[in-house]
Amino acid sequence: MKIVYTDNNATTRVAPEVLEEMLPYFSELYGNPSSMHSFGGNVGREITRARERVAALINAEPDEIVFTSCGTESDNAAIHAALAANPEKRHIITSGVEHPAIKNPLEDLEKKGYRVTFVPVDGKGRLDTTLLYESMTDDTALVSLMWANNETGVIFPIKEIAQRASEKGILFHTDAVQAVGKLPIDVKDARVDMLSLSGHKIHAPKGVAALYVKKGLKFSSFLNGGHQENGRRGGTENTASIIGLGRACELAKAHLQEMDTRVRDLRDFLETRLVELIPAATVNGDKGNRLPNTLNIGFTAVEGESILLLMDQAGICASSGSACTSGSLDPSHVLMAMKVPFESAHGTIRFSLSCYNTQEDMDHIVTTLPPVIQRLREMSPFWKQEE
Amino acid sequence: MWEYTDKVKDHFLNPRNVGQMEAPDAVGETGSLACGDALKLFLKINDSERITDATFMTFGCASAVASSSALTEILKGMTLDDAAKITNDDIADYLGGLPKAKMHCSVMGQNALKNAINAYRGIQILEKPGTMVCECFDITDLEIIDAVKKNHLDSVEDVTSYLKAGGGCGNCIDKIEEIVESVKTQA
Repeated sequence: MKIVYTDNNATTRVAPEVLEEMLPYFSELYGNPSSMHSFGGNVGREITRARERVAALINAEPDEIVFTSCGTESDNAAIHAALAANPEKRHIITSGVEHPAIKNPLEDLEKKGYRVTFVPVDGKGRLDTTLLYESMTDDTALVSLMWANNETGVIFPIKEIAQRASEKGILFHTDAVQAVGKLPIDVKDARVDMLSLSGHKIHAPKGVAALYVKKGLKFSSFLNGGHQENGRRGGTENTASIIGLGRACELAKAHLQEMDTRVRDLRDFLETRLVELIPAATVNGDKGNRLPNTLNIGFTAVEGESILLLMDQAGICASSGSACTSGSLDPSHVLMAMKVPFESAHGTIRFSLSCYNTQEDMDHIVTTLPPVIQRLREMSPFWKQEE
Repeated sequence: MWEYTDKVKDHFLNPRNVGQMEAPDAVGETGSLACGDALKLFLKINDSERITDATFMTFGCASAVASSSALTEILKGMTLDDAAKITNDDIADYLGGLPKAKMHCSVMGQNALKNAINAYRGIQILEKPGTMVCECFDITDLEIIDAVKKNHLDSVEDVTSYLKAGGGCGNCIDKIEEIVESVKTQA
């Protein structure tokens, strides 16, 4: 059965060009980049090139890029560094819809006596910037906000917020894991202090990521060990994956235009057709200000896991907006924060596309999903035929 | 992601006895849209109190659908007295087991059945005994104590998996923890 993969906000396939460039570093080119001999040094040069390629994607300088193991590490390292740089400050600002890699460490810090402001969003997932700006005080060590939301794709006004934070002398970090490769990102223009990006969201392998750290920022390492990454992250480099990430960033840059045109058109087609064909279907998130690849759509009176399993029967991969495994059948904290009504929150599906998706993929989903929803609604005690 | 048995998958993909029943003798409902799952059970009962037909309508995940389907299969041909003895474990066992986090789906089947039988026998459901602990899912301390003892539950997460208690707003999590600890101390 052909797999139609529309779960690219969860992870992406490794691009063949990326894999090809990585392979020698798993076998014959196994040197340690820190070694004195040229056998290792040659690998070090490739790491340097990867750093340049990553920097180019976000308009950073190569020495502002710190390689890490995952987006979560980048996010945790950013929080750690911001607090270490401002030991006297005890307040942090974030949003109510962050990824667990930010949400959970900040909730832990709250228990340890930090004050954390979770700025709410409105029904379309838009940040309450008035409250955000009012929350910034002399005691604020860090503002950390995602560039774009993983579930709805809603984009936050990062440039404007970073500007305000900078005026108040507050460090600004953005979790741009979902935005990089889908939107043009320019750290110089946006004036952010730190930015997280992750390899496996942009067709590099899992297990490699990066943190942009603005030149001059007092950075204390999260993983304390050897002198790797200019003393900013201990641990022998994940050479093959870092080299893969470099190539993936180069490809992502080349595909930005396609993301904004062809992929956006595919997403819009899917959205339009599903809303036309399926009664009581609601698109979640600010339609005018979303990632071009993401569609979050809720279906009244049916449940997400059932939809996913029936789509799985047709080879379609997507995600649901409800965590039905925890015993708590709560919709995700993102949908709850947006106050999406229960009627459709439980039946929310996220489709997230990549440059590898085709019109045939969309046609397959458009053919498969309406009967799936109908079948589940016929079984549902909450679905009234006349609706 | 798929920790379901083949039997669960089969009953989800090919659910038995789906649909609203014409002129049922008893109807039992449980759950709500807010909870994330709900079951409406319909029974036909003959003069000798034997269940001659059972159908269901379910809103929920795969294991909720499978548990409902299994329940209707178990019930057909059974006397009401025997049906009243069915527990959530019987439903889970029929399906070859359910993942721990999904056990509440089988509890939902048991509750809908209990409600249907009570309705048929004209038993009014009065205020539940005990003190309300979980407002979101309407669960009392006695129910939690009972579930902890019977199923040897060890933590708040276990209780949430079985009863959903604590899985809504989360305000009662400390209270549930106290109950779990006190039962463990007694044991």
